[in-house]
Amino acid sequence: MIDVWFGLEKLLLIGAIISFSLVVAMYTTFAERKIAGFMQDRRGPNRAGPFGLLQPLADGLKLFFKEEIIPLTSNKSLFVVGPALAMLTAMLTSAVIPWGNQIEIAGRTVSLQVADVNIGILYVFGVVSLGVYGIMIGGWSSNNKFSLLAAVRGASQIISYELAMGLSLISLLLMTGSLSLKTIVEQQMQGGWGGLLGWNILYQPFAFLIFLICVFAECNRTPFDLPEAENELNFGYHQEYSSMKLGLYLFSEYVNMFISSAVVSTLFFGGYDIPFVNEVELANSIGVNMVALLGFLTFFAKIAFFLFVFIWVRWTIPRFRYDQLMDLGWKKLIPLALANLLITAVVILALNK
Amino acid sequence: MPITEILFWALSAAAIIAALLVIFSKNPVHSVLWLIVVFFAISGHYVLLNAQFLAIVNMIVYAGAIMVLFLFVIMLMNMNADQEPNKSKWMKIAGVLSGGSLMLLLVASLKNSQAIAGGGDAGIGLIQQLGKTLFSEYVVPFEISSVLFLSAMVGAVILGKKEKNLTEADSTN
Repeated sequence: MIDVWFGLEKLLLIGAIISFSLVVAMYTTFAERKIAGFMQDRRGPNRAGPFGLLQPLADGLKLFFKEEIIPLTSNKSLFVVGPALAMLTAMLTSAVIPWGNQIEIAGRTVSLQVADVNIGILYVFGVVSLGVYGIMIGGWSSNNKFSLLAAVRGASQIISYELAMGLSLISLLLMTGSLSLKTIVEQQMQGGWGGLLGWNILYQPFAFLIFLICVFAECNRTPFDLPEAENELNFGYHQEYSSMKLGLYLFSEYVNMFISSAVVSTLFFGGYDIPFVNEVELANSIGVNMVALLGFLTFFAKIAFFLFVFIWVRWTIPRFRYDQLMDLGWKKLIPLALANLLITAVVILALNK
Repeated sequence: MPITEILFWALSAAAIIAALLVIFSKNPVHSVLWLIVVFFAISGHYVLLNAQFLAIVNMIVYAGAIMVLFLFVIMLMNMNADQEPNKSKWMKIAGVLSGGSLMLLLVASLKNSQAIAGGGDAGIGLIQQLGKTLFSEYVVPFEISSVLFLSAMVGAVILGKKEKNLTEADSTN
Protein backbone atom coordinates (compact mmCIF):
# COMPACT_ATOMS: atom_id res chain seq x y z
CA MET A 1 0.00 0.00 0.00
CA ILE A 2 2.41 2.66 1.17
CA ASP A 3 5.95 2.11 0.04
CA VAL A 4 8.05 1.91 3.18
CA TRP A 5 11.20 2.98 1.37
CA PHE A 6 9.38 5.94 -0.11
CA GLY A 7 8.30 7.08 3.34
CA LEU A 8 11.77 6.57 4.79
CA GLU A 9 13.31 8.48 1.90
CA LYS A 10 11.00 11.42 2.43
CA LEU A 11 11.55 11.40 6.19
CA LEU A 12 15.30 11.45 5.71
CA LEU A 13 14.99 14.25 3.17
CA ILE A 14 12.79 16.32 5.47
CA GLY A 15 15.21 15.81 8.36
CA ALA A 16 18.15 16.75 6.19
CA ILE A 17 16.47 19.89 4.83
CA ILE A 18 15.36 21.08 8.25
CA SER A 19 18.74 20.56 9.89
CA PHE A 20 20.45 22.13 6.89
CA SER A 21 18.23 25.23 7.03
CA LEU A 22 18.84 25.57 10.75
CA VAL A 23 22.60 25.34 10.37
CA VAL A 24 22.57 27.83 7.50
CA ALA A 25 20.37 30.19 9.51
CA MET A 26 22.79 29.86 12.42
CA TYR A 27 25.72 30.86 10.29
CA THR A 28 23.70 33.63 8.64
CA THR A 29 23.56 35.32 12.04
CA PHE A 30 27.34 35.02 12.15
CA ALA A 31 27.69 36.34 8.61
CA GLU A 32 25.38 39.21 9.47
CA ARG A 33 27.57 40.31 12.35
CA LYS A 34 30.79 39.85 10.43
CA ILE A 35 29.56 41.79 7.40
CA ALA A 36 28.11 44.49 9.63
CA GLY A 37 31.52 44.68 11.30
CA PHE A 38 33.24 45.00 7.97
CA MET A 39 30.87 47.73 6.80
CA GLN A 40 31.29 49.69 10.00
CA ASP A 41 35.05 49.29 10.03
CA ARG A 42 35.31 47.01 13.02
CA ARG A 43 36.11 43.34 13.50
CA GLY A 44 32.84 41.71 14.45
CA PRO A 45 32.75 38.61 16.66
CA ASN A 46 36.20 37.01 16.78
CA ARG A 47 36.60 35.50 20.26
CA ALA A 48 34.86 32.11 20.16
CA GLY A 49 36.87 29.66 18.08
CA PRO A 50 39.03 30.49 15.03
CA PHE A 51 37.74 33.71 13.39
CA GLY A 52 34.84 33.58 15.84
CA LEU A 53 33.35 30.62 14.01
CA LEU A 54 31.88 29.15 17.18
CA GLN A 55 30.04 32.38 17.96
CA PRO A 56 26.59 31.11 16.81
CA LEU A 57 26.96 28.08 19.09
CA ALA A 58 27.86 30.32 21.99
CA ASP A 59 24.85 32.54 21.25
CA GLY A 60 22.56 29.54 21.10
CA LEU A 61 23.88 28.11 24.37
CA LYS A 62 23.45 31.45 26.05
CA LEU A 63 19.81 31.63 24.94
CA PHE A 64 19.14 28.06 26.07
CA PHE A 65 20.56 28.60 29.54
CA LYS A 66 18.84 31.90 30.23
CA GLU A 67 15.98 32.07 32.65
CA GLU A 68 12.64 31.65 31.01
CA ILE A 69 10.05 34.19 32.08
CA ILE A 70 6.39 34.03 31.22
CA PRO A 71 4.73 37.31 32.20
CA LEU A 72 2.06 36.98 34.87
CA THR A 73 -0.67 38.74 32.91
CA SER A 74 0.07 37.12 29.58
CA ASN A 75 -2.13 34.56 27.91
CA LYS A 76 0.08 31.62 28.80
CA SER A 77 -0.87 28.99 26.25
CA LEU A 78 -0.76 31.43 23.35
CA PHE A 79 2.45 32.94 24.67
CA VAL A 80 4.09 29.56 24.13
CA VAL A 81 2.36 28.88 20.81
CA GLY A 82 3.51 32.17 19.24
CA PRO A 83 7.23 31.46 18.72
CA ALA A 84 6.52 27.85 17.78
CA LEU A 85 4.16 29.03 15.04
CA ALA A 86 6.69 31.56 13.78
CA MET A 87 9.31 28.84 13.40
CA LEU A 88 6.86 26.33 11.93
CA THR A 89 5.63 28.64 9.19
CA ALA A 90 9.21 29.61 8.41
CA MET A 91 10.15 25.97 7.82
CA LEU A 92 7.00 24.83 5.98
CA THR A 93 7.85 26.42 2.63
CA SER A 94 10.94 24.25 2.23
CA ALA A 95 8.68 21.30 1.32
CA VAL A 96 8.01 22.44 -2.24
CA ILE A 97 11.44 23.80 -3.16
CA PRO A 98 13.42 21.54 -5.50
CA TRP A 99 16.82 21.37 -3.82
CA GLY A 100 18.41 19.53 -6.71
CA ASN A 101 17.76 17.06 -9.44
CA GLN A 102 17.17 13.40 -8.60
CA ILE A 103 19.91 11.13 -7.28
CA GLU A 104 20.23 7.37 -7.62
CA ILE A 105 20.83 5.19 -4.59
CA ALA A 106 20.95 1.41 -5.05
CA GLY A 107 18.90 1.53 -8.23
CA ARG A 108 16.24 3.81 -6.79
CA THR A 109 15.68 7.28 -8.17
CA VAL A 110 15.27 9.72 -5.33
CA SER A 111 13.95 13.20 -6.01
CA LEU A 112 15.56 15.96 -3.96
CA GLN A 113 12.22 17.64 -3.42
CA VAL A 114 9.86 16.71 -0.61
CA ALA A 115 6.66 17.26 -2.57
CA ASP A 116 6.35 18.17 -6.23
CA VAL A 117 2.81 19.50 -5.97
CA ASN A 118 1.43 21.09 -9.11
CA ILE A 119 0.39 24.20 -7.16
CA GLY A 120 3.81 24.79 -5.60
CA ILE A 121 3.76 28.58 -5.83
CA LEU A 122 0.29 28.81 -4.37
CA TYR A 123 1.48 26.64 -1.51
CA VAL A 124 4.28 29.14 -0.91
CA PHE A 125 1.75 31.95 -0.80
CA GLY A 126 -0.46 29.99 1.55
CA VAL A 127 2.37 29.46 4.01
CA VAL A 128 3.52 33.07 3.71
CA SER A 129 0.04 34.31 4.54
CA LEU A 130 0.10 32.14 7.66
CA GLY A 131 3.37 33.73 8.75
CA VAL A 132 1.35 36.58 10.26
CA TYR A 133 0.04 34.44 13.08
CA GLY A 134 3.34 33.90 14.84
CA ILE A 135 3.82 37.66 15.12
CA MET A 136 0.22 38.51 15.97
CA ILE A 137 -0.27 35.80 18.59
CA GLY A 138 3.07 36.54 20.20
CA GLY A 139 2.44 40.26 20.29
CA TRP A 140 -1.08 40.03 21.61
CA SER A 141 -0.54 37.33 24.22
CA SER A 142 2.32 39.32 25.80
CA ASN A 143 -0.31 41.74 27.10
CA ASN A 144 1.90 44.71 26.42
CA LYS A 145 0.86 47.77 24.42
CA PHE A 146 4.11 48.04 22.52
CA SER A 147 4.07 44.37 21.61
CA LEU A 148 0.48 44.65 20.38
CA LEU A 149 1.24 47.76 18.32
CA ALA A 150 4.23 46.04 16.77
CA ALA A 151 2.19 42.93 16.04
CA VAL A 152 -0.53 44.95 14.32
CA ARG A 153 2.10 46.76 12.31
CA GLY A 154 3.74 43.53 11.28
CA ALA A 155 0.49 41.90 10.30
CA SER A 156 -0.75 44.81 8.19
CA GLN A 157 2.64 45.08 6.52
CA ILE A 158 2.68 41.40 5.59
CA ILE A 159 -0.89 41.48 4.28
CA SER A 160 -0.21 44.58 2.19
CA TYR A 161 2.93 43.27 0.56
CA GLU A 162 1.43 39.86 -0.14
CA LEU A 163 -0.75 41.49 -2.81
CA ALA A 164 2.10 43.01 -4.79
CA MET A 165 4.06 39.79 -4.36
CA GLY A 166 1.26 37.71 -5.85
CA LEU A 167 0.67 40.14 -8.71
CA SER A 168 4.34 40.28 -9.63
CA LEU A 169 4.47 36.52 -9.84
CA ILE A 170 1.40 36.22 -12.05
CA SER A 171 3.34 37.77 -14.93
CA LEU A 172 5.99 35.09 -14.40
CA LEU A 173 3.34 32.39 -14.34
CA LEU A 174 1.92 33.65 -17.63
CA MET A 175 5.28 32.82 -19.17
CA THR A 176 5.88 29.48 -17.52
CA GLY A 177 2.32 28.21 -17.69
CA SER A 178 2.93 26.05 -14.66
CA LEU A 179 2.68 26.48 -10.91
CA SER A 180 5.04 23.64 -10.10
CA LEU A 181 8.44 24.88 -8.96
CA LYS A 182 10.17 21.83 -10.41
CA THR A 183 8.66 22.48 -13.85
CA ILE A 184 9.68 26.12 -13.65
CA VAL A 185 13.28 25.13 -12.95
CA GLU A 186 13.28 22.56 -15.75
CA GLN A 187 11.95 25.14 -18.21
CA GLN A 188 14.77 27.51 -17.29
CA MET A 189 17.33 24.75 -17.82
CA GLN A 190 16.28 24.49 -21.47
CA GLY A 191 17.72 27.91 -22.35
CA GLY A 192 20.93 28.62 -24.27
CA TRP A 193 24.41 28.82 -22.72
CA GLY A 194 23.72 25.80 -20.55
CA GLY A 195 20.51 27.29 -19.21
CA LEU A 196 21.71 30.81 -18.47
CA LEU A 197 19.66 32.38 -21.26
CA GLY A 198 16.57 30.60 -19.97
CA TRP A 199 16.64 32.19 -16.53
CA ASN A 200 13.47 34.12 -15.83
CA ILE A 201 15.34 37.16 -14.57
CA LEU A 202 16.19 37.99 -18.20
CA TYR A 203 12.53 38.04 -19.21
CA GLN A 204 10.93 39.38 -16.06
CA PRO A 205 13.35 41.83 -14.43
CA PHE A 206 10.50 44.00 -13.15
CA ALA A 207 8.70 41.10 -11.59
CA PHE A 208 11.95 40.12 -9.93
CA LEU A 209 12.48 43.58 -8.51
CA ILE A 210 8.96 43.82 -7.11
CA PHE A 211 9.15 40.30 -5.77
CA LEU A 212 12.46 40.97 -4.06
CA ILE A 213 11.16 44.12 -2.38
CA CYS A 214 8.09 42.25 -1.18
CA VAL A 215 10.27 39.44 0.15
CA PHE A 216 12.19 41.96 2.21
CA ALA A 217 8.91 43.22 3.62
CA GLU A 218 7.60 39.73 4.31
CA CYS A 219 10.74 38.82 6.21
CA ASN A 220 10.51 42.00 8.31
CA ARG A 221 14.00 42.95 7.23
CA THR A 222 15.37 46.46 7.04
CA PRO A 223 14.23 48.78 5.41
CA PHE A 224 10.87 47.27 6.35
CA ASP A 225 11.59 46.13 9.91
CA LEU A 226 8.93 48.36 11.45
CA PRO A 227 7.57 45.67 13.79
CA GLU A 228 10.96 45.81 15.49
CA ALA A 229 11.47 49.56 15.35
CA GLU A 230 13.21 49.87 18.69
CA ASN A 231 13.16 53.65 18.79
CA GLU A 232 9.37 53.68 18.58
CA LEU A 233 8.34 50.38 20.11
CA ASN A 234 11.07 49.54 22.62
CA PHE A 235 11.86 46.16 21.13
CA GLY A 236 8.91 45.05 19.05
CA TYR A 237 6.46 42.20 19.21
CA HIS A 238 8.86 39.90 21.08
CA GLN A 239 9.60 42.35 23.88
CA GLU A 240 8.26 40.16 26.69
CA TYR A 241 10.02 37.04 25.47
CA SER A 242 13.15 35.66 27.00
CA SER A 243 15.42 32.64 26.68
CA MET A 244 14.94 30.34 23.68
CA LYS A 245 11.44 31.63 22.93
CA LEU A 246 13.02 34.92 21.98
CA GLY A 247 15.68 32.86 20.21
CA LEU A 248 13.03 31.16 18.11
CA TYR A 249 11.58 34.49 17.03
CA LEU A 250 14.96 35.93 16.11
CA PHE A 251 15.99 32.69 14.49
CA SER A 252 12.83 32.30 12.44
CA GLU A 253 13.71 35.56 10.71
CA TYR A 254 16.93 34.00 9.47
CA VAL A 255 15.22 30.78 8.44
CA ASN A 256 12.71 32.94 6.56
CA MET A 257 15.55 34.74 4.81
CA PHE A 258 17.13 31.46 3.80
CA ILE A 259 13.90 29.98 2.46
CA SER A 260 12.94 33.17 0.62
CA SER A 261 16.38 33.31 -0.97
CA ALA A 262 15.79 29.75 -2.12
CA VAL A 263 12.41 30.72 -3.59
CA VAL A 264 13.86 33.73 -5.40
CA SER A 265 16.71 31.65 -6.83
CA THR A 266 14.27 28.95 -7.92
CA LEU A 267 11.86 31.30 -9.63
CA PHE A 268 14.22 33.75 -11.27
CA PHE A 269 17.73 32.31 -11.28
CA GLY A 270 17.28 28.79 -12.54
CA GLY A 271 17.25 26.97 -9.22
CA TYR A 272 19.77 24.13 -9.33
CA ASP A 273 20.70 24.89 -12.96
CA ILE A 274 24.46 25.18 -13.48
CA PRO A 275 25.16 28.02 -15.94
CA PHE A 276 27.26 27.26 -19.05
CA VAL A 277 26.89 23.51 -18.44
CA ASN A 278 24.55 21.10 -20.17
CA GLU A 279 23.44 18.90 -17.27
CA VAL A 280 22.31 15.98 -19.42
CA GLU A 281 25.69 15.65 -21.18
CA LEU A 282 27.54 16.10 -17.92
CA ALA A 283 25.48 13.33 -16.32
CA ASN A 284 26.68 10.91 -19.00
CA SER A 285 30.32 11.53 -18.14
CA ILE A 286 30.38 11.89 -14.34
CA GLY A 287 27.12 10.29 -13.27
CA VAL A 288 23.76 11.54 -12.07
CA ASN A 289 24.70 11.80 -8.40
CA MET A 290 27.67 14.07 -9.04
CA VAL A 291 25.55 16.36 -11.22
CA ALA A 292 22.93 16.51 -8.49
CA LEU A 293 25.61 17.44 -5.97
CA LEU A 294 27.05 20.12 -8.27
CA GLY A 295 23.54 21.40 -8.96
CA PHE A 296 22.84 21.63 -5.26
CA LEU A 297 26.10 23.50 -4.68
CA THR A 298 25.19 25.94 -7.46
CA PHE A 299 21.78 26.41 -5.91
CA PHE A 300 23.39 27.03 -2.56
CA ALA A 301 25.77 29.58 -4.07
CA LYS A 302 22.76 31.48 -5.46
CA ILE A 303 21.04 31.32 -2.06
CA ALA A 304 24.20 32.55 -0.33
CA PHE A 305 24.33 35.48 -2.70
CA PHE A 306 20.80 36.52 -1.82
CA LEU A 307 21.50 36.08 1.87
CA PHE A 308 24.38 38.49 1.37
CA VAL A 309 22.02 40.94 -0.38
CA PHE A 310 19.68 40.75 2.61
CA ILE A 311 22.52 41.62 4.99
CA TRP A 312 24.02 44.20 2.65
CA VAL A 313 20.75 46.10 2.40
CA ARG A 314 20.19 45.94 6.15
CA TRP A 315 23.45 47.70 6.93
CA THR A 316 23.12 50.22 4.09
CA ILE A 317 19.57 51.55 4.00
CA PRO A 318 17.73 53.22 6.89
CA ARG A 319 14.24 52.24 7.90
CA PHE A 320 11.10 53.53 6.19
CA ARG A 321 8.51 55.55 8.02
CA TYR A 322 5.24 53.68 8.42
CA ASP A 323 3.19 55.79 5.99
CA GLN A 324 6.01 55.56 3.44
CA LEU A 325 5.89 51.79 3.76
CA MET A 326 2.16 51.63 3.09
CA ASP A 327 2.50 54.17 0.30
CA LEU A 328 5.18 52.10 -1.41
CA GLY A 329 3.22 48.89 -1.07
CA TRP A 330 -0.20 50.03 -2.17
CA LYS A 331 0.41 53.00 -4.47
CA LYS A 332 3.67 52.08 -6.18
CA LEU A 333 4.31 48.35 -6.19
CA ILE A 334 0.78 47.17 -6.92
CA PRO A 335 0.22 49.45 -9.95
CA LEU A 336 3.72 48.60 -11.21
CA ALA A 337 3.02 44.89 -10.87
CA LEU A 338 -0.31 45.32 -12.66
CA ALA A 339 1.33 47.22 -15.51
CA ASN A 340 3.99 44.54 -15.77
CA LEU A 341 1.28 41.89 -15.87
CA LEU A 342 -0.57 43.71 -18.64
CA ILE A 343 2.54 44.19 -20.76
CA THR A 344 3.54 40.56 -20.32
CA ALA A 345 0.09 39.41 -21.37
CA VAL A 346 0.12 41.65 -24.46
CA VAL A 347 3.57 40.46 -25.52
CA ILE A 348 2.67 36.81 -25.05
CA LEU A 349 -0.50 37.27 -27.11
CA ALA A 350 1.39 39.11 -29.85
CA LEU A 351 4.08 36.43 -30.07
CA ASN A 352 1.57 33.61 -30.23
CA LYS A 353 -0.32 35.12 -33.14
CA MET B 1 -8.41 0.55 5.82
CA PRO B 2 -6.92 2.57 2.97
CA ILE B 3 -4.92 5.60 3.94
CA THR B 4 -7.38 8.08 2.43
CA GLU B 5 -10.10 6.71 4.69
CA ILE B 6 -7.92 7.05 7.78
CA LEU B 7 -7.14 10.61 6.76
CA PHE B 8 -10.80 11.31 6.16
CA TRP B 9 -11.82 10.22 9.66
CA ALA B 10 -8.90 12.02 11.30
CA LEU B 11 -9.68 15.26 9.45
CA SER B 12 -13.39 14.99 10.18
CA ALA B 13 -12.74 14.46 13.88
CA ALA B 14 -10.32 17.41 13.92
CA ALA B 15 -12.82 19.63 12.11
CA ILE B 16 -15.71 18.77 14.42
CA ILE B 17 -13.72 19.06 17.64
CA ALA B 18 -12.21 22.37 16.56
CA ALA B 19 -15.62 23.65 15.50
CA LEU B 20 -17.02 22.80 18.91
CA LEU B 21 -14.11 24.56 20.56
CA VAL B 22 -14.85 27.67 18.47
CA ILE B 23 -18.24 27.85 20.14
CA PHE B 24 -17.27 26.82 23.65
CA SER B 25 -14.10 28.90 24.06
CA LYS B 26 -14.61 31.74 26.51
CA ASN B 27 -11.88 33.85 24.93
CA PRO B 28 -12.79 35.21 21.47
CA VAL B 29 -9.16 35.08 20.35
CA HIS B 30 -9.10 31.36 21.09
CA SER B 31 -12.30 30.99 19.10
CA VAL B 32 -10.70 32.62 16.08
CA LEU B 33 -7.65 30.38 16.35
CA TRP B 34 -9.79 27.25 16.55
CA LEU B 35 -11.71 28.47 13.52
CA ILE B 36 -8.40 28.54 11.66
CA VAL B 37 -7.88 24.90 12.66
CA VAL B 38 -11.32 24.14 11.20
CA PHE B 39 -10.28 25.76 7.92
CA PHE B 40 -7.15 23.65 7.84
CA ALA B 41 -9.13 20.48 8.35
CA ILE B 42 -11.52 21.47 5.57
CA SER B 43 -8.55 22.21 3.30
CA GLY B 44 -7.38 18.69 4.00
CA HIS B 45 -10.77 17.39 2.90
CA TYR B 46 -10.46 19.34 -0.34
CA VAL B 47 -7.12 17.69 -1.00
CA LEU B 48 -8.71 14.29 -0.43
CA LEU B 49 -11.34 15.24 -3.00
CA ASN B 50 -8.59 16.08 -5.52
CA ALA B 51 -9.40 19.78 -5.32
CA GLN B 52 -5.90 21.05 -4.55
CA PHE B 53 -6.52 24.52 -5.88
CA LEU B 54 -9.60 24.97 -3.73
CA ALA B 55 -7.69 23.67 -0.72
CA ILE B 56 -4.87 26.15 -1.05
CA VAL B 57 -7.15 29.07 -1.90
CA ASN B 58 -9.24 28.23 1.15
CA MET B 59 -6.05 28.48 3.17
CA ILE B 60 -4.85 31.72 1.60
CA VAL B 61 -8.17 33.56 1.64
CA TYR B 62 -9.84 32.30 4.79
CA ALA B 63 -7.02 31.27 7.11
CA GLY B 64 -4.52 33.79 5.77
CA ALA B 65 -6.55 36.92 5.12
CA ILE B 66 -10.06 36.95 6.58
CA MET B 67 -9.09 35.40 9.90
CA VAL B 68 -6.22 37.85 10.25
CA LEU B 69 -8.72 40.69 9.96
CA PHE B 70 -10.93 38.99 12.56
CA LEU B 71 -7.95 38.73 14.87
CA PHE B 72 -7.11 42.39 14.26
CA VAL B 73 -10.54 43.53 15.33
CA ILE B 74 -10.82 41.24 18.33
CA MET B 75 -7.33 41.96 19.61
CA LEU B 76 -7.85 45.71 19.43
CA MET B 77 -11.26 45.63 21.08
CA ASN B 78 -9.76 44.74 24.46
CA MET B 79 -12.48 42.39 25.62
CA ASN B 80 -12.76 41.91 29.35
CA ALA B 81 -15.20 39.54 30.95
CA ASP B 82 -16.68 42.23 33.22
CA GLN B 83 -17.30 44.60 30.33
CA GLU B 84 -19.62 42.22 28.57
CA PRO B 85 -23.10 43.72 28.52
CA ASN B 86 -26.00 41.72 29.89
CA LYS B 87 -28.08 40.36 27.07
CA SER B 88 -31.82 40.36 27.53
CA LYS B 89 -33.88 37.20 27.61
CA TRP B 90 -35.48 38.01 24.25
CA MET B 91 -32.08 38.14 22.62
CA LYS B 92 -31.33 34.67 23.86
CA ILE B 93 -34.67 33.29 22.67
CA ALA B 94 -34.22 34.92 19.26
CA GLY B 95 -30.72 33.46 19.02
CA VAL B 96 -31.90 29.95 19.85
CA LEU B 97 -34.77 30.24 17.36
CA SER B 98 -32.66 31.46 14.46
CA GLY B 99 -29.86 29.00 15.16
CA GLY B 100 -32.34 26.14 15.45
CA SER B 101 -34.06 27.01 12.19
CA LEU B 102 -30.70 27.21 10.40
CA MET B 103 -29.86 23.74 11.67
CA LEU B 104 -33.28 22.46 10.57
CA LEU B 105 -32.65 23.85 7.10
CA LEU B 106 -29.21 22.26 6.90
CA VAL B 107 -30.45 18.87 8.08
CA ALA B 108 -33.39 18.98 5.68
CA SER B 109 -31.20 19.82 2.71
CA LEU B 110 -28.49 17.30 3.55
CA LYS B 111 -30.81 14.47 4.51
CA ASN B 112 -31.54 13.35 0.97
CA SER B 113 -28.25 14.32 -0.64
CA GLN B 114 -26.00 11.63 -2.00
CA ALA B 115 -22.39 11.27 -1.00
CA ILE B 116 -19.86 11.80 -3.75
CA ALA B 117 -18.10 8.51 -4.15
CA GLY B 118 -14.32 8.75 -4.15
CA GLY B 119 -12.65 11.89 -5.39
CA GLY B 120 -14.21 11.88 -8.84
CA ASP B 121 -11.93 12.41 -11.80
CA ALA B 122 -8.31 12.80 -10.67
CA GLY B 123 -7.76 15.91 -12.78
CA ILE B 124 -11.02 17.64 -12.04
CA GLY B 125 -9.82 19.96 -9.30
CA LEU B 126 -6.56 20.96 -10.92
CA ILE B 127 -5.99 24.59 -11.70
CA GLN B 128 -5.94 24.00 -15.46
CA GLN B 129 -9.36 22.36 -15.54
CA LEU B 130 -10.77 24.93 -13.17
CA GLY B 131 -9.48 27.86 -15.22
CA LYS B 132 -10.85 26.46 -18.45
CA THR B 133 -14.28 25.84 -16.96
CA LEU B 134 -14.36 29.19 -15.24
CA PHE B 135 -13.43 31.14 -18.35
CA SER B 136 -15.59 29.26 -20.84
CA GLU B 137 -18.72 27.85 -19.26
CA TYR B 138 -19.07 30.19 -16.31
CA VAL B 139 -17.47 33.33 -17.70
CA VAL B 140 -20.55 35.55 -17.24
CA PRO B 141 -21.19 34.74 -13.56
CA PHE B 142 -17.46 34.98 -12.96
CA GLU B 143 -17.22 38.46 -14.45
CA ILE B 144 -20.38 39.61 -12.69
CA SER B 145 -19.00 38.51 -9.33
CA SER B 146 -15.82 40.42 -10.08
CA VAL B 147 -17.92 43.56 -10.64
CA LEU B 148 -19.55 42.86 -7.29
CA PHE B 149 -16.14 42.82 -5.62
CA LEU B 150 -15.20 46.02 -7.39
CA SER B 151 -18.32 47.74 -6.13
CA ALA B 152 -17.56 46.57 -2.60
CA MET B 153 -14.08 48.01 -2.96
CA VAL B 154 -15.38 51.32 -4.27
CA GLY B 155 -17.82 51.41 -1.37
CA ALA B 156 -15.05 50.88 1.14
CA VAL B 157 -12.96 53.65 -0.41
CA ILE B 158 -15.92 56.04 -0.37
CA LEU B 159 -16.62 55.25 3.27
CA GLY B 160 -13.02 56.02 4.06
CA LYS B 161 -13.07 59.29 2.10
CA LYS B 162 -16.36 60.57 3.41
CA GLU B 163 -15.18 60.80 6.97
CA LYS B 164 -12.28 62.97 5.91
CA ASN B 165 -14.57 65.39 4.05
CA LEU B 166 -16.86 65.63 7.06
CA THR B 167 -14.05 66.53 9.41
CA GLU B 168 -12.83 69.12 6.95
CA ALA B 169 -16.33 70.61 6.78
CA ASP B 170 -16.49 70.59 10.56
CA SER B 171 -13.25 72.43 10.90
CA THR B 172 -14.28 75.15 8.45
CA ASN B 173 -17.60 75.74 10.18
